[in-house]
Amino acid sequence: MPTVTLTVNGRSVTADVDARTLLVQMLRENLHLTGTHVGCDTSQCGACVVHVDGKAVKSCTTFAVQCQGAEVVTIEGLAQDGKLHPMQEAFREHHGLQCGFCTPGMIMAAVDIVNRKGAVDEATIREELEGNICRCTGYHNIVKAVEAGAQAMTGKAPARQAAE
Amino acid sequence: MTVTALGAAVRRKEDHRFITGKGQYTDDINRPGQAQAYFLRSPHAHATLKKIDIAKAKAMPGVVAIYTGEDVAADKVGGLICGWMIHSKDGTPMRAGPHPILAQGKVRYVGDHVAVVIAETLSQAKDAAEAIVVDYGVLPANADTSKAQKAPEVHSEAPNNTVYDWHIGDKAATEAAFKAAKHVTTLEIVNNRLVPNAMEPRAAVGEYDAGNDALTLYTTSQNPHVARLVLSAFIGIAPEHKLRVIAPDVGGGFGSKIFIYAEETVCVWAARKCGRPVKWTADRTEEFLCVAHGRDHVTHAELATDAEGKITGLRVKTIANMGAYLSTFASSVPTYLYATLLSGQYAIPNIYAEVDAVYTNTAPVDAYRGAGRPEATFVVERLVEAAAREIGMDPAAFRRRNFVTKFPHQTPVIMMYDCGDYKASLVKAMEMADVKGFGKRRREAAKRGKLRGLGYSTYIEACGIAPSQAVGSLGAGVGLWESAEVRVNPVGTVEVLTGSHSHGQGHETTFAQLVSSRLGISIDNVSIVHGDTDKVQFGMGTYGSRSGAVGMSAISKALDKIEAKAKKVASHVLEAAEADIDFKDGKFTVKGTDKSVDFGTVALNAYIAHKFNPQELEPGLKEGSFYDPTNFTFPAGCHICEIEVDQETGVATIAKWTAVDDFGNVINPMIVEGQVHGGIAQGVGQALLEGAIYNKDGQLVTASFMDYAMPRAHDLPSFDVGMTVTPCPSNPLGIKGCGEAGAIAAPAAVINALTDALGTEEVPMPATPQALWTVIQKQSRAAIAAE
Ligand code: FES
Ligand code: FES
Repeated sequence: MPTVTLTVNGRSVTADVDARTLLVQMLRENLHLTGTHVGCDTSQCGACVVHVDGKAVKSCTTFAVQCQGAEVVTIEGLAQDGKLHPMQEAFREHHGLQCGFCTPGMIMAAVDIVNRKGAVDEATIREELEGNICRCTGYHNIVKAVEAGAQAMTGKAPARQAAE
Repeated sequence: MTVTALGAAVRRKEDHRFITGKGQYTDDINRPGQAQAYFLRSPHAHATLKKIDIAKAKAMPGVVAIYTGEDVAADKVGGLICGWMIHSKDGTPMRAGPHPILAQGKVRYVGDHVAVVIAETLSQAKDAAEAIVVDYGVLPANADTSKAQKAPEVHSEAPNNTVYDWHIGDKAATEAAFKAAKHVTTLEIVNNRLVPNAMEPRAAVGEYDAGNDALTLYTTSQNPHVARLVLSAFIGIAPEHKLRVIAPDVGGGFGSKIFIYAEETVCVWAARKCGRPVKWTADRTEEFLCVAHGRDHVTHAELATDAEGKITGLRVKTIANMGAYLSTFASSVPTYLYATLLSGQYAIPNIYAEVDAVYTNTAPVDAYRGAGRPEATFVVERLVEAAAREIGMDPAAFRRRNFVTKFPHQTPVIMMYDCGDYKASLVKAMEMADVKGFGKRRREAAKRGKLRGLGYSTYIEACGIAPSQAVGSLGAGVGLWESAEVRVNPVGTVEVLTGSHSHGQGHETTFAQLVSSRLGISIDNVSIVHGDTDKVQFGMGTYGSRSGAVGMSAISKALDKIEAKAKKVASHVLEAAEADIDFKDGKFTVKGTDKSVDFGTVALNAYIAHKFNPQELEPGLKEGSFYDPTNFTFPAGCHICEIEVDQETGVATIAKWTAVDDFGNVINPMIVEGQVHGGIAQGVGQALLEGAIYNKDGQLVTASFMDYAMPRAHDLPSFDVGMTVTPCPSNPLGIKGCGEAGAIAAPAAVINALTDALGTEEVPMPATPQALWTVIQKQSRAAIAAE
């Protein structure tokens, strides 16, 4: 069994895993970080989004062994020193969640969108959330939350950002 | 200390754990020594099971046990039940075939449960399942609703695959109304089959405690007590006091997690049999194949009108697909949850509906958000819109002419509407949607090559399910009250144990708001406990938009009792007569004096019992209630959809969505609006995107998110949501319920907008770009031919 060493939420971890182990399995089963969810088997829903070396990644579509030496941040690692990340705050303030199942992936994807695009407006957010499915909210309040979270993160007013 | 008022948009108490990744869903639970279950499922839609050879599989690494239908039969494990008896026209009871938890002798749909493999790891279980050799005798299959009654027999108990042929209303009077009608509007309607797709797939962990001979089942359920009751009383897993069912955080349900399925039953049965905790989590494909689907009706519908544009009759013939087995409440959906709503918001003197429920080789069909009421609303609102167009009346004016305006109103199909103001919600929605400016917007769109349409849906639903005697007389196997227990701690904090179950609805906040406002204590000092049969005495669970109207009413009744007892205690503390004690804003005051004591002090005194004679007044402060509603509630409203269709591509884009709903009194408008948004999204999904498709061999060709189009953020607009209020007279809080409204209203609004845009009533659901493009081509060919 290959040994994988990586940093998760600032802590170095090592685990012996089956070569076919997915990153999400390692997070949930070996490290008991169950905030990252699995909502599908075709890389469509985004419930499993985490950050690997600062970029949003679907952890259901990434082998653990691919992350050797990488810096992984999950929803559990987003709040710093007991203080919620502005995107987490925004989801609560704008009622961007109902059952909460899609929420960790949504928040991790949203932070990545802002990291890449800055203060995004509604149209940009709706396009950028293409890879994340929510069955509860109809997206209305998720869009509002991401817009507010983006403003809080950047200090700028929302604007249309070009597609890549 | 902040006391939260009813009607305040309080931020949700439960959110902290969800936004920090600390939610506890069933798949997050692991028990010591746990093994993994994997189900071998039928690849055929219809086949006899000639032989199942598990010998080789059993010897595979990591395998703990393999069970088949034979083991289930040997252990005398009962089959899954359908809890609502429907009688056919001739009075005979519905004809249901058995529904074993592992197939016996025959498989009836793709995904049907052939065997369960329990192994140390999931991969080992899957590998072993592949080594099981099954000799199938493949039979011809049918998935088509309209062909079911002539298709190969699914169950020998149900000749012509007909579970029941049921009817409601006055046939002769309705026929007479149609004979006398000035105009008759006819529509052929297919209500497309949907997959609920809660984002959390179903999951279960069964565990056996040999020391106490007791079982625990962790499961994704909307109603854990009902699950325990069925598992115990009907399936015979264990007596109720030896079976604990826990539904922890549940990631959405929309009806699909009401039902008692094969998988969780197998997990809890197998846990005792193999002596290990047994865990199963569906992958999305299994969820598509085996979760109870929704809708799937084929309907012939007619509306009769007189010379003044008054509706005089409505007639409907529906075939409802039940799938291959009757799921837990399947039989009630196309009957008492459907045909009883066919009067819509209108005073229709004569209604007659016939419903045939049929077996097919498909996944079972049961309640999905709205359950019967979206299908009814679609029939009524499509008929009304088409009739208005045909007789040349404005659709809004036609609706207003026919609205029920006097309450209570008895419809010809059981329901008695208790209150409402349908004109008010229509007028408000028309203002918010700027209907007046629509003509201009349509002309402007035409310049851009877009066909723009506007569609109404003035829907009604029956929620707050339901008065027990009433549903009992209609065939329900259970009562539909709700229970609550309010425990006041000596320090004045409060725990509420409720039989309702929250899986996104925000009960931990709204229920706490009620307690906070009633007792004058901070919302932070209230906790809501639900989802565990060992904690909560009993409950019927959450579905049918019932938890506000029924669940909170139970809490309200328990709070009445708390207040009454606390007054007694306060009278001793304040040394005054009980009749002289007032309770307001968390304070007990002696009338006409400034002598007062706060709630916390009274709670403490109730427990220390120094100030009163405990032989006359029992110590403690804890009360319960079982609340049974006096009527259904009738949320209603008006949704207006404005849509544009690209003539070149057939792509439809929703330009504007307006919703004005009357939910009675509202506890937390932020949460209520969220429910409306989510409902609309599912309704728009049905109208534009979603459809479960079986091919002619009964293979589900839409079994993943790649093939089944779930609404995504860019498919939807932001919604303009408003409210009107007529407080519900049938429960103490005046609440009607809001969970299903959007899903009920939306499909008709979308299709009415599309038929308006395209100038034809023949627009199918889902109205995909391909479907719309085909309609546009047909229209233009017809236009050319006419020239
Ligand atoms: S679980 Fe990763 S995309 Fe669905
Ligand atoms: S909040 Fe339930 S899936 Fe998004």
